[in-house]
Amino acid sequence: MSIRINLTSVFVDDQSKALAFYTGVLGFVAKNDIPLGEHRWLTVVSPDDPSGPELLLEPDAHPAARTYSAALVADGIPAASFTVDDVRESHTALSGRGVTFTQAPVAMGPVVTAVLDDTCGNLIQLTSPA
Amino acid sequence: MIGVADIYAAIADPTRRLLLDELARADGQSLFELCSRLTMTHGVNSSRQAISQHLAVLESAGLVSSARVGRTKIHHLHTEPFREITERWPIPAKD
Repeated sequence: MSIRINLTSVFVDDQSKALAFYTGVLGFVAKNDIPLGEHRWLTVVSPDDPSGPELLLEPDAHPAARTYSAALVADGIPAASFTVDDVRESHTALSGRGVTFTQAPVAMGPVVTAVLDDTCGNLIQLTSPA
Repeated sequence: MIGVADIYAAIADPTRRLLLDELARADGQSLFELCSRLTMTHGVNSSRQAISQHLAVLESAGLVSSARVGRTKIHHLHTEPFREITERWPIPAKD
């Protein structure tokens, strides 16, 4: 049996705002955008791997979702982790575009990580090789 | 443990000394960053809950404070309580 990750998700407080941030700021590209009542089945992918794993920008409408997200943010815990070529370079570029980081780039053993606020209720970790 | 700590009890534990080292390296860290640093660079394998309790001891001794920045709780180092040590046992000046 071969098993792979095809889809993962983050809860977002506003799907349109999330799509703008994840594509316009972080650089993902939209993959699926299917109307579902008041919400959408909305996914983005890496431009480097358009047939790879999709990130679902899932509405946080479930009663527990906002409580869950807020508790993670309070302790600085990321909801998802993405890899980039150079975290320090990304930190500089994204900070210049007004992105808030709760953790500046720092060595964590074999990787460098930083944590940013996605403006939609989550913290996101970026990693690159040290 | 929480609430008992004078500074001597607070720094008697090696994990708590590492937490002070980490905040001295970079003041203003979330629980997540502190836990990650302790695990990834100091080889500490304590749970997040254990680290959180260690931070509470340091807070009760006045060595760490925490405040929200945005929606995230950020920890800061305060070394002022250590002044008690050198006032109590003065260090002779070098001449």
